[in-house]
Amino acid sequence: MTNHEHSGRRTLSRRDIIRAGTSMGLLLGMSSLLPGYAFGLTGNNELKRRVEGNSDIYELTIDRTPLTIDGRRSVQPITVNGSLPAPLIRLQEGREAVLRVTNNLDEPTSIHWHGILLPFEMDGVPGVSFAGIAPGETFEYRYPVRQSGTYWYHSHSGLQEQLGHYGPLVVDPAEPEPFEYDREYVVVLSDWTFNDPGEVMRNLKVAEGYYNYNKRTVSDFFDDVATMGWSAAWEKAGMWGRMRMTPRDILDVTGAEYTYLMNGMSPDDNWTGLFEPGEKVRLRVINASAMSIFDVRIPGLPMTVVEADGQKVEPVETDEFRIGVAETYDVIVEPQDEAHTLFAQSQDRSGFTRGTLAVREGMEAPVPDLYPRIERGMAAMGMAGHGDGGMDHGSMEGMDGMHEGSAGMNGMKHGDEKQPPIADRQISHGPDNHGAGAAMVASNPRPRLDDPGVGFEHVDHRVLTYAQLRGLHAWPDEREPQREVELHLTGNMERYMWSFDGQKFSEVDGPVPFRHGERLRLILVNDTMMDHPIHLHGMWMELETGNDGYRPRKHTLLVKPGEMISAQITPEHEGDWAFHCHLLYHMKAGMFRVVSVQ
Amino acid sequence: MTVKNGRYSALVVVGLIGSAPAVLAQGVGPKAEPDWSLPVHDDVTNSLLLVDRFEYQDGDDEDLFAWEGQAWWGGDTHRLVVDSEGEALVSGGDGGEVESFDVQYGYGFSSYWQAKAGLGYQTTFGPGSDRDRASARVGVQGLAPYWFEVDTGLRVSEDGDAVAEFEGEYDWLFTQRLILQGRAETSYAFSEVPEFGVGEGLNGLTLGLRLRYELAREFAPYVGVSWQDQYGDTADLTRAEGEDTEKTSLVAGVRWWF
Repeated sequence: MTNHEHSGRRTLSRRDIIRAGTSMGLLLGMSSLLPGYAFGLTGNNELKRRVEGNSDIYELTIDRTPLTIDGRRSVQPITVNGSLPAPLIRLQEGREAVLRVTNNLDEPTSIHWHGILLPFEMDGVPGVSFAGIAPGETFEYRYPVRQSGTYWYHSHSGLQEQLGHYGPLVVDPAEPEPFEYDREYVVVLSDWTFNDPGEVMRNLKVAEGYYNYNKRTVSDFFDDVATMGWSAAWEKAGMWGRMRMTPRDILDVTGAEYTYLMNGMSPDDNWTGLFEPGEKVRLRVINASAMSIFDVRIPGLPMTVVEADGQKVEPVETDEFRIGVAETYDVIVEPQDEAHTLFAQSQDRSGFTRGTLAVREGMEAPVPDLYPRIERGMAAMGMAGHGDGGMDHGSMEGMDGMHEGSAGMNGMKHGDEKQPPIADRQISHGPDNHGAGAAMVASNPRPRLDDPGVGFEHVDHRVLTYAQLRGLHAWPDEREPQREVELHLTGNMERYMWSFDGQKFSEVDGPVPFRHGERLRLILVNDTMMDHPIHLHGMWMELETGNDGYRPRKHTLLVKPGEMISAQITPEHEGDWAFHCHLLYHMKAGMFRVVSVQ
Repeated sequence: MTVKNGRYSALVVVGLIGSAPAVLAQGVGPKAEPDWSLPVHDDVTNSLLLVDRFEYQDGDDEDLFAWEGQAWWGGDTHRLVVDSEGEALVSGGDGGEVESFDVQYGYGFSSYWQAKAGLGYQTTFGPGSDRDRASARVGVQGLAPYWFEVDTGLRVSEDGDAVAEFEGEYDWLFTQRLILQGRAETSYAFSEVPEFGVGEGLNGLTLGLRLRYELAREFAPYVGVSWQDQYGDTADLTRAEGEDTEKTSLVAGVRWWF
């Protein structure tokens, strides 16, 4: 049975040292004089709780704390109890959580409990669920915990999330887990900038492609000529040129700006999770990035996915998974060697972070190269992917090799999969194609749930897809949807405008109405060239995969370019809930709505 | 994929500018309190000063300092745009010309296009009496298919002289930082304005190639060549002043913005 090992064995992390130093009255500057590897950078930093009756009480303090990150000093970090990422909070299913948050910043802050279903006043979105936490103020969150799994928490104020205001949240189940493991670690992936996030936003706004150092060059064109011939290469360049789109737009902010972190450690810091030979290790992987979608693998070691977004799924073995911003995956691994590299590269392959699972501290395993840089293909434009008829492919000869994540590469593809119910849906973009806020619309968007996404064309191992996720249980509401709500993800890179249906939050007149207790189908159509992790607060989205078996429940859906995706929803909790793209600067640019459950 | 072209002519759009969209209620739910801040602030104002050409031109008879830049201030749709272009003689003579200093309202009417309308000012300085004139200008600026940056417009001076202007740019990336920019600039005058050396008809053509290296996105030194030829009545006016109608210059400068 489970044997949670989160005490005793753990040595002091650098955060502990920093806190200890503070409490002893030492200068904070001391920590920057010591190299990262002088400390054991292992394990997770867990927040202590106080038990009072049926309540678990936690004290959290938000500060601006100078820290050394990747060997560089920064005064920017916004920390919870002095730690980046914020400390691990363990709640207990069936008990009441009381979380007292004190704001020591000179600006308002907030904490949103990402993926937790709770009364909307406790959801922590300033301007939607409460007023925010003013400087000097303590806000008490209090809610019953009625679920279990891996989640996270983060600021919903301004761009604070980019500065470290995020941490892991684990809810221990009331019932035993249906799978076994001997040890567990939380793995928080994130992206760090040493610059002002406001400056990052401004660069995106005023200089299209500012962080993209993988644009197409003249020699890329001649490479195409060499591989596909003059006319096809010319046709391809012309097609993208006519649209004023680039197939190299993968992530807006790249490794040119970011240092990618694992549990707050850079690749050189090498976060380490210790294990005893023969043990099964549960990794709770959380993508707490502002802008970075990651591809995660442990070279040579298969992973068994047991939870997605905190919700149990039928165990599925895979070799690699893509994790959108704000998603979580729980995997169980059985390390074979003394050390294994846990490798997470950004979706655009502009950088990576890594840690090590090892039997002793200070070990490392070979760190793989980044995958080759990638280009998006036809499917990204919503021109129908592999095999879908009805489109004029005549002019696209020679481009077949570019089709995104061609399913043949994915060893786990099931031949007998049924299509999601919306597979043949005809969509409309409105009379004005969403206006100036949308630079393109997908003319023929399709569900591509069995497609792991762009950039896996070269891999010869298994990559997880949404189609492989099957819920472990039936969910309480088995009614057919009575109503459909269709929203389009829209954007304009040229002026960095991001929106739903072409309208920024400030241009929208009122919330999206959901009716309390109804059964509805939410349909998301991605009319942009980028993947968007769409997060709905306060209720589950049961992803319609069309598979036999149960629908996986998710709080965040990563929607691929040109894709249409659908989920069944029962709005159980009345109130106002945020609904937005979880790419921080997309949200900030207006890709945000309020869903009002009445 | 449906490519969305700007479907409106500049004039139609300029006519629409007066009817700016009504202020909509913020998209918060009924429970949000009036004194709460907004969950996201997506209507922030930004500004940019981009000096595309800031260069020394080494010509056959004369050397020049030349500039061309744009500053804007505003949001995603509504902007105040200031464009300026000009040159000053460094050797081979004195004086120079602020060819344009235009203050315009910019309205983003489609994903890639902005309509501009406003007032401009042109002046010469140096030997002889300075001349200046004001003008009204309407135009369209944006990104055309195939990645051509285009800025085109119609200018009418205070004396009623009209001229159509066109400028286009294209970037070839040799590497992520080594970029060759091609430029073309031309104008067509509907009437003759001798004091500014403008003849009726197609005035001339200026072509440039500038190879820049982006040390940072914001700072890119370049070298290049600029070639200018004049046509028709404009060429006649230039010849009458004893100058060449065709000029080739080597240029060196910095493209910068902040």
